[in-house]
Amino acid sequence: MARGKAVEVYNVSKSFGTYQALDEVSFTIHENEFFTLLGPSGCGKTTLLRMIAGFESPSEGAILLSGQEIETLPPHKRRVNTVFQSYALFPHMTLAQNIAFGLENLGWDRKRREARVAEMLELVHMAPFAARRPAQLSGGQRQRIALARALAPEPKVLLLDEPLSALDLKLRQAMRDELRSLQKKTGITFIFVTHDQEEALDMSDRICVLGNGRIQQIGSPSEIYEDPANRFVADFIGETNFIETEVLSVQGEMARVRTPFGLEITARQKGLTGPGPATLSLRPEKIGMEAQADGWMLEGTVSGRNYMGGYTHYTVDVSGQSLRVSRRNSLSHADSYAPGQPVTIGFREDSARVLAR
Amino acid sequence: MNMKALKTFRFWGLAPTWLLMGLTLIIPIGIVAGVSLGDRGPYGGFDWALNFSSYREILFTMGWTDELEFDPKYLAIIGRTLAYGLATTAICMALSVPVAYVIANARENWKPLLVYLVTLPFWVSMIVRVYAWLIILGNEGLAEKAWKLLGGGDVDTFLFTPGAMLTGMVYSYIPLMVLPVYAAIEKLDPALLEASHDLYGNRWTTLRRVILPLTWPGLSAGAILVFVPAIGTVLEPMLLGGGKQMMMGTLIQTQFGGGRNWPFGAAVAMVLMALVVIVLILNARRAASAGKEAAA
Repeated sequence: MARGKAVEVYNVSKSFGTYQALDEVSFTIHENEFFTLLGPSGCGKTTLLRMIAGFESPSEGAILLSGQEIETLPPHKRRVNTVFQSYALFPHMTLAQNIAFGLENLGWDRKRREARVAEMLELVHMAPFAARRPAQLSGGQRQRIALARALAPEPKVLLLDEPLSALDLKLRQAMRDELRSLQKKTGITFIFVTHDQEEALDMSDRICVLGNGRIQQIGSPSEIYEDPANRFVADFIGETNFIETEVLSVQGEMARVRTPFGLEITARQKGLTGPGPATLSLRPEKIGMEAQADGWMLEGTVSGRNYMGGYTHYTVDVSGQSLRVSRRNSLSHADSYAPGQPVTIGFREDSARVLAR
Repeated sequence: MNMKALKTFRFWGLAPTWLLMGLTLIIPIGIVAGVSLGDRGPYGGFDWALNFSSYREILFTMGWTDELEFDPKYLAIIGRTLAYGLATTAICMALSVPVAYVIANARENWKPLLVYLVTLPFWVSMIVRVYAWLIILGNEGLAEKAWKLLGGGDVDTFLFTPGAMLTGMVYSYIPLMVLPVYAAIEKLDPALLEASHDLYGNRWTTLRRVILPLTWPGLSAGAILVFVPAIGTVLEPMLLGGGKQMMMGTLIQTQFGGGRNWPFGAAVAMVLMALVVIVLILNARRAASAGKEAAA
């Protein structure tokens, strides 16, 4: 797909004193893309966002906005708007005044401004509240106004700094769909920062996983989840079993490994060049139990059980190795296995991944 | 506790406050009000009476033919007092905002020290502080040397000029402005400033549309704290102004001192107090309507 480049980041490093927040980070974000920066706290994702907004400048490297170098542009000259984590709505202004603020600074005339404010309030379903002040709103409503305010000036890129973290669970889920549809409706590039992997998987076109100031992987949600580039990504996104294995041979994308269960399997690999120790990653929901078991079969004993409603998570001991197994409770009378009970579990080798240690 | 006991408790609990207020505020003001209605005594002092001639004297003089003639000389003093008060307040405000901003953005462990430094002059007697300016601004003083060092031409003297008076007044009252402004700026959420810049607001727009409206409570509190004592000031016009610029404070002082017209001095004092009360009422009204707006 030939799409324009919205943001280009070249070899950006940032250090605060001796602390290296970002280390030679490079990536390109396309126009009309929902791009997520995902990582644990302290991984440098917010720093990166603030550099695009102009509140921080890179120690090294360059950031381009629509092909234009923005190093020397102060924040108020960048066609980029931010939805702040705390929303940062102006408490002394009405909602309509908040939304109009950016438009006034851009020199829009009154008529155009009023039309745009009305349009934005409509877009976020807040039209009846135009004359209220931020203090009179709930968290979700403030969130909507922050979005409307940032979208009103038609920025080239919208930056969202963990905007859902202050909302309760139900609202958070509803806002995810809303953000996604807003992005599609407006066609504006969204850069979304979060530490919540579920949010990232749900909303993004592409995800950039950041860890320890470096890019760990960039890819679509399913690439990130199904084909993690390394242990860090496999560990951070979702849940997984790490099994220490011995690599026997590597052939291109595939590696043959010997597992502690005595099995020799061939699975896709990342980052390996030859024989040696490696880690096998096997997601709990990819291991079947009894009737759901498939592929390589293993005998084990249940040692723990967590009932989650739709799923039950079991811990199964297989030849001295503890495996987390997720079982879908597909029938209302589904069997339950008590700790101590022997069970058969199974997995397909194309679900397993071999990762460099 | 039943209602009656509560009422008794409340009465006796507040009694010391009322006693203090009565002895130090209400009774003295009553005495001054009484004096202002009295007759001027033949050798200073006064006689109790009930006439408003002292108040009339502020606006009119008795002509040759016992006719009242409008005389703006005291009105000019009132006007000058207000002008100096406003100028002092404005200069204090302009200087306080950057100072308070620097303190608010200083490293956390420096803040108490910086605040302490701002209040430091208050530990020295007012007369000493004003006297210090007499030396700084005087002939061959620090100010003159600095002026010449910077290549300034010959000056007669800095002393006994409106500039000297204003310098002294600003110096005396500026801590009263810095502290509330600092408290207001400290409370300002830095994310709001970023939001303003993010929404295409330059520094000026951010100052005008975000910082000033949100720090206004602090600024107006500081303005009251500076303006009220500034219009009653005596020392600066006397020492630094050389008595050439009569203000209400000095006028009152001369009436009780050399002028020996206590009723007239008391009347001017009552007018000064009325001015202060008007300012306070206006401020309270504005604060109340601002509060209502915020709650609406």
